[in-house]
Amino acid sequence: MTTDTTHNTAPSHGTDHAVEHGMSTRGYINIALILAAITALEVSTYYVDFGPLFLPSLLIMMVVKFFMVVSYFMHLKFDNKLFSWLFYAGLFLAVGVYVAALATFHFFLR
Amino acid sequence: MAIIERPAPGTTVPALTPAAPAITPSRTYGALRRPVATTGWKSWLFTVDHKKLGLMYGATALFFFIVGGLEAVLIRLQLAAPDGKVLNADLYNQMFTMHATTMVFLFVMPMAAGFANYFVPLQIGARDVAFPRINAFGFWCLLAGGIVVNLAWFLGGAADGGWFMYAPNSGPVFSPSKGVDFWTLGLQIAGIASLTGAINLIVTVLNMRAPGMTLMKMPVFTWMITVVQFLLLFAVPVITVALFLLTFQRSFGAQFFDVAAGADPLLWQHLFWIFGHPEVYILILPSFGIISEVLPVFSRKPLFGYPFVVFSGAAIGFVGWGVWAHHMFASGLGPVSVAVFSLATMAIAVPTGVKIINWTLTMWGGKLVFTTAMKFAIGLVVLFTIGGLSGVTHSVAPSDTQQTDTYYIVAHFHYVLFGGAIFGIFSGFYYWWPKMFGKMLNERLGSWNFWLMVIGMNMTFGPMHILGLQGQPRRMYVWTEARAGEGFFNLGFWNLIASIGSLILTVGIGLFLINIVVTARSKVRAPLDPWNARSLEWMTSNPPKEHNFDSIPHVHHLDEFFHRKYEEDPTTHTMREVASAEDVLAELERNADKHIHMPSPSYWPLVLACGMPFVALGIIYSIPVAIAGGLIMLYALYGWALEPATAPESDFDAPSSNGHAVGASHG
Amino acid sequence: MLRPATVMRLGHHMADTATHEAHVTSTGLSNVKLGMWLFLGSECLLFGGLISTYMLYRGRVSNGPTPEQIYDIPFTSVSSFVLLMSSLTMVLAVAAAHKKDDRGTNLWLTVTALLGATFVGGQVYEFTAFYNEGLGFTTSLFGSSFYTLTGFHGVHVTVGIIMLIALVAINKRSRVPGSKSETVEMIGLYWHFVDIVWIIIFTLVYLIPV
Repeated sequence: MTTDTTHNTAPSHGTDHAVEHGMSTRGYINIALILAAITALEVSTYYVDFGPLFLPSLLIMMVVKFFMVVSYFMHLKFDNKLFSWLFYAGLFLAVGVYVAALATFHFFLR
Repeated sequence: MAIIERPAPGTTVPALTPAAPAITPSRTYGALRRPVATTGWKSWLFTVDHKKLGLMYGATALFFFIVGGLEAVLIRLQLAAPDGKVLNADLYNQMFTMHATTMVFLFVMPMAAGFANYFVPLQIGARDVAFPRINAFGFWCLLAGGIVVNLAWFLGGAADGGWFMYAPNSGPVFSPSKGVDFWTLGLQIAGIASLTGAINLIVTVLNMRAPGMTLMKMPVFTWMITVVQFLLLFAVPVITVALFLLTFQRSFGAQFFDVAAGADPLLWQHLFWIFGHPEVYILILPSFGIISEVLPVFSRKPLFGYPFVVFSGAAIGFVGWGVWAHHMFASGLGPVSVAVFSLATMAIAVPTGVKIINWTLTMWGGKLVFTTAMKFAIGLVVLFTIGGLSGVTHSVAPSDTQQTDTYYIVAHFHYVLFGGAIFGIFSGFYYWWPKMFGKMLNERLGSWNFWLMVIGMNMTFGPMHILGLQGQPRRMYVWTEARAGEGFFNLGFWNLIASIGSLILTVGIGLFLINIVVTARSKVRAPLDPWNARSLEWMTSNPPKEHNFDSIPHVHHLDEFFHRKYEEDPTTHTMREVASAEDVLAELERNADKHIHMPSPSYWPLVLACGMPFVALGIIYSIPVAIAGGLIMLYALYGWALEPATAPESDFDAPSSNGHAVGASHG
Repeated sequence: MLRPATVMRLGHHMADTATHEAHVTSTGLSNVKLGMWLFLGSECLLFGGLISTYMLYRGRVSNGPTPEQIYDIPFTSVSSFVLLMSSLTMVLAVAAAHKKDDRGTNLWLTVTALLGATFVGGQVYEFTAFYNEGLGFTTSLFGSSFYTLTGFHGVHVTVGIIMLIALVAINKRSRVPGSKSETVEMIGLYWHFVDIVWIIIFTLVYLIPV
């Protein structure tokens, strides 16, 4: 709206800046290489016996990959915090309610 | 882009003047030309105006309210006497299922969506919502969903599994009619309306507030609607999953709830109630918001403890996610789960209690004006408190085990939903009617409307506490004299009272419908500011102009409108009137914005939504129909994507001197 | 003559798809981007429900094959890797769009769509192979929940591919370089989301045995 010149709740740098200040092409490729390496490590658990570390290491690698894509490729790390709040609200709510629901099935005791 | 000059100040532009369509798009985008009608039915069908859509939501909801109400009356007639003959068992199952489904999904939710659509942009000083076309799409989805759910009545019987449609009872073995299929697919479509509406309204509230309107200067109604939209945003996908699983089981042979194959029937219950408990706050919080507007206005005092009301509303929304399993205490969750959910449920009474106290203290010492809107608001405070107290008794798991599936539960949720949500909605009707239609609802009829509803509602639902504690189960289509009991606790007596109450309730609501007709026929226009109101939506004409505000107000206070009318006298420390509502509006008009651009109407929301019922019917009857529906939707998406968000100059003919389009023939 | 207020809706201003014009909003953030993040937050609950259903039912195989018997980890690892790399090409498309480099944008969008199509093709192959090995949609709870979860994900990827191709087509018609940069960014967010869902599915569904 042409007349809507409002800036009341902590105006941030606009979206374009966030992206431009995000990362270089080189940076993106580095992230992708790290992601590829972690994936290779994940797949290796199928061939190599990790013993008791198997489950925790897989879950940790999954979480690391997840947040690397969210933070760097989706720019949440550089973007306005409001975006993070909105997305993580849904994410953690989902984790919370579904883990609780599975717990009532004694899923984690099996 | 067409730049439209405002008329010189002083030449008033009546709000909804039928005007000649002065400009016609000369270029075709996508597949169809832009709709141009500004009056008549086409202007409603293709509108993206949040106010028109709000009214369309409201009218649709009111229609379904009547449908759901008639279903309720049939239920009460059946139960009025022992061995009722009005309905057979099968029809009775359909009746209570559809009564609840209609009231929850097709009346209270869309009515709240209607109020939200109409008033949230006005209350935050905006000219429309963030995504006007998506807004229109949401409404058409709701209508399509409502039609699909009810279509089953005419095609072999409606859904009959209860509104929470527990599996495996809702599976193909125990519910062989197509009713459940219509129910799942219809609600799926209506869910799209809720989801798109949620995204739209949240972005609107975050991004389109007038200058100076910080979050903590927003009216409580807007706040509560915002909380509700977050609940919808996160709750709707959960029911979406559940409905998909059920559809896949019923239509494509998946095994999700097939106990013989090893399925866990509690999966449905969890998914349903993870959605279902936030849902009950989705139903009640809009009404909490409405009376938080009404009580201060008619107490002639600001709302007591505004931040507490806001934060307790948000707290209800948050804690509401951690209590769903209290609907499942009797399902054998195990002691730890029951204890955890029991505690969480008791905790959620606290923020609700905070609100009750704040409303009471708002009225305390105020100059109460007992308009119909105020009566309904006070009615909500009292009746919801009763329902809240019986709710606390449910949080005590051992007591709840006794009450599960009895009329005591029915009594509880009707006190909170009828006494709460619906009384709030009626309060909103009487309060905002002059804003929406420029005429006041008749107060005399309103008073009768209110008192008959209070008496009817207490007569209908009050005795259900006794019936429930005496052990009358929900969803039984008959009760017998032999097991009715003796004396004061005789089921026959209280069932009869409840049924008479439901007829009184019907008369009360009938008076409201009569009131609508009487008001529509009346020639008396409402004054500009009939209630001496406080918030921004009243800083517009009645009804508001299409662009809402001539100039976007700069907000300095909570209750900005009030503070423009009244200032504190430094000597006496009382508020004195410094400007009338007319003065405030004239001021806005003097500073009217030169260029006001409003979003264009569009065909695509309607066309896109039209494809959906075909997909649903196709899944039920034959896949080619679903493919046809899918093609309609693809076509609509194609048109939608190619219709530019900002129409270029070349899309419009040059205006001629007489205001009519020239050269409309080319292109 | 001055036109009355009622025709103003024809001037299409409050954009409801791509708002590349600098609109000043209360938060200073773009409407579509806020809307997209809200949508993705909501999608977490959708996939959460589907993943939970799978986790609950993955061991319930009736007379059908078990996950261990049919999963082809090397094959799925390759297709997972392809999808992961499509996130890189997507982010390069977004970067190119912000530099108003339409050629680069279209190139990377096309590559992303191709990688996505490779993934979906792999999924079709996988489904066919599983079906031939005796795991139908109706065979067991494991079958129903596996196909539902991965099928929903596959549909999301397919929708993404359609959006990418449509975007390239629209971009080619556009005369203003970089005019679709925000749309590219939005589709990028969607695409990455679909990728992170697969990151979870790959670990929870394929790598962790029952």
